[in-house]
Amino acid sequence: MNLAWVVPLFPLCSFVLLLWFGRKWKQTSAYVGIAATLLSLLAAFGVLVSRLGGATYEANWTWMKIGDATLTVGVSVTALNAWMLVVVALVSWLVHIYSQGYMAGDERFSTFYAYLGLFTFAMLGLVLSPNLLQAYMFWELVGLGSFLLIGFYFYKEEAKAAAKKAFIMTRIGDVGFLIGVLLLFWQTKSFDYDDIFRAVGNGTLSPGMTTLTAILIFIGAIGKSGQFPLHTWLPDAMEGPTPVSALIHAATMVAAGVYLVAALFPLYEASAAAMMTVAVIGGGTAVFAATIGLVQTDIKRVLAYSTISQLGYMMLALGSGSYVAAIFHLTTHAFFKALLFLAAGSVIHAVHTQNIEEMGGLWRRLPWTAPLFLVGALSISGVPLFAGFFSKDEILAAAWTNGSVGLFWLAVAAALLTSFYMFRLFFLVFAGEARHRHDGAVHEAPMSMTAPMVVLGVLSVAAGYIQTPWFGSFLGEWLTDGAYHHEAAPGWIAVVAASVSLAGILLAWLMYGKRTVPRDWLSARAPYGYELLRRHYYMDDLYRSTVVALVSSISRLLGYVDRYLVEGLVQFVTGTVNAIAAAGSRGQNGQAQTYGLVAAAGLAMLVVIFALTGGDWL
Amino acid sequence: MTLSAYLALSLILFCIGLYGALTKRNTVIVLICIELMLNAVNINFVAFAKYGPHPSVHGHVFALFAIAVAAAEAAVGLAALIAFYRNRKTVRVDEANSLKH
Repeated sequence: MNLAWVVPLFPLCSFVLLLWFGRKWKQTSAYVGIAATLLSLLAAFGVLVSRLGGATYEANWTWMKIGDATLTVGVSVTALNAWMLVVVALVSWLVHIYSQGYMAGDERFSTFYAYLGLFTFAMLGLVLSPNLLQAYMFWELVGLGSFLLIGFYFYKEEAKAAAKKAFIMTRIGDVGFLIGVLLLFWQTKSFDYDDIFRAVGNGTLSPGMTTLTAILIFIGAIGKSGQFPLHTWLPDAMEGPTPVSALIHAATMVAAGVYLVAALFPLYEASAAAMMTVAVIGGGTAVFAATIGLVQTDIKRVLAYSTISQLGYMMLALGSGSYVAAIFHLTTHAFFKALLFLAAGSVIHAVHTQNIEEMGGLWRRLPWTAPLFLVGALSISGVPLFAGFFSKDEILAAAWTNGSVGLFWLAVAAALLTSFYMFRLFFLVFAGEARHRHDGAVHEAPMSMTAPMVVLGVLSVAAGYIQTPWFGSFLGEWLTDGAYHHEAAPGWIAVVAASVSLAGILLAWLMYGKRTVPRDWLSARAPYGYELLRRHYYMDDLYRSTVVALVSSISRLLGYVDRYLVEGLVQFVTGTVNAIAAAGSRGQNGQAQTYGLVAAAGLAMLVVIFALTGGDWL
Repeated sequence: MTLSAYLALSLILFCIGLYGALTKRNTVIVLICIELMLNAVNINFVAFAKYGPHPSVHGHVFALFAIAVAAAEAAVGLAALIAFYRNRKTVRVDEANSLKH
């Protein structure tokens, strides 16, 4: 376990190597990236296994001393960190393999792998951080990796704009995070998680300050995890290559916000107001994003809104006090959402469009992708026996036992919407007849793309069995060092969860599979409501006409100040100097006759002065 | 004839020489104008040697000396001018500016 620090180093090596030699290696670059992440994965497994039998490991090295404060860097292997290491390394490895097929033939193939390496390094570093300062640095590095990968197709205007939007919007959250971290340091004189928890425990940190810092740090998590109201960057981030959407914008980076709140859980537990904020934002986002997902027509955008909604679920679990349920759902979500994105990538690869209106009838054409997509959809919808069912059930139980009935029913509503829009997607893409002729033959993706999907498909089912009401709660007991006791949630919650998910599937089948209910049922009855959903509640337009307009008018004003006031002053100074210099250089013209003339004039002047004054001053 | 008449002549010659040396663009004329100024000085020497407060032969000696030096100067100046003319095909003094840039 004391070798845990090597886990993030393999992807870093891959990043550096590919940056230097990538252009020469071309397609071979993939093997470098795959090998590096495989080593990381093996090391992460090693760490997990030794953590299973051992205690928490932490090592710190002094980084610098400022005044009487010592800043340290280090690694910390708690149960949560070891678990996250494996999840991140595993998904990253599978995405590396998948990308070999998906990105084949791209001009900047090796650059893509280099960026993936950078991102994986940052994410693994983030989950190993023992203190907030180090976590903040990796947090920003993760954001950088995301920026580079969203903007990978930088020749597309939309991709460029999306990359900038993602970076700026998450930065807004990060400012909150940074202020929270600095406040904590000011109060506790330490960035270490353990010191902070101790300060919370013994009352060094006042209750008001606890709430304030917890909420400020949660703002950072809102930005990164795409929660309302900072969620609008995540759907736009789908401009990036699909494997990136799977790795960063579904499985790992967006889960960083959940991870952060989970890592700081004792801080949140100490403040009821902060917990309530987390739960309300999470529950609200879960339903909010799910309703938008109902009407989107871009396959990746539906999945993006579904990601936002599922992250809202995790936040709801955290806010309801169930740390275990959140991490459990984070894990299962990482697998089934990565699977769904990879399958979506495979569909896009086959038909070269992202518009689900132009798909249809792909079930027979894609014999691997279609069943795997179905597995992912069943899992995310929470159909019994699939992983998503167990984790979602856990969250619903947590919300119920926490006593927030309103949030519980919100979560149930979100579950219904989730299964409906997932199966709307499934039926529109795979069932029925092809609605559009595609150029070239539609064919299944190569092995390198289907194999990772198969692995994720197995995990999308199997991952649920680490924490079930029947076989015991292995994950919960391990994450909480045995202190976990399964809340005696009423048995009917599982029944409700299962029935709403089946109801959603049935409804979707009636509308899009069998078509007994017309497709324009909603848009015909409530055109304004439909339009509202289709335009994502006008959130982008709202931001454009308020925040963006305000900031750009301020910047335009400052631009004028710069151009006319500052620049004018500078122009004046340079103009003056230039004029003096021009006058001087006219005198220094190199003509002996001019110099003679000046000398003679000077002499004449002296003579005149001499004559007028009579020479007394000599 | 009084001293002031000689001095007036010398002054007029000197001013003509100065004017020519400063305004003419032809190097030959500039050189001639410099000769004019030197000769104005020579007239001063000789005038003071004859009519000055302390007449002596020193003035004559200096005048002769100055004439010799002026001859040498004219020879060197004209030689330099011819070399310049061969190089640049001009005798204009304001075009002798190759050291400027």
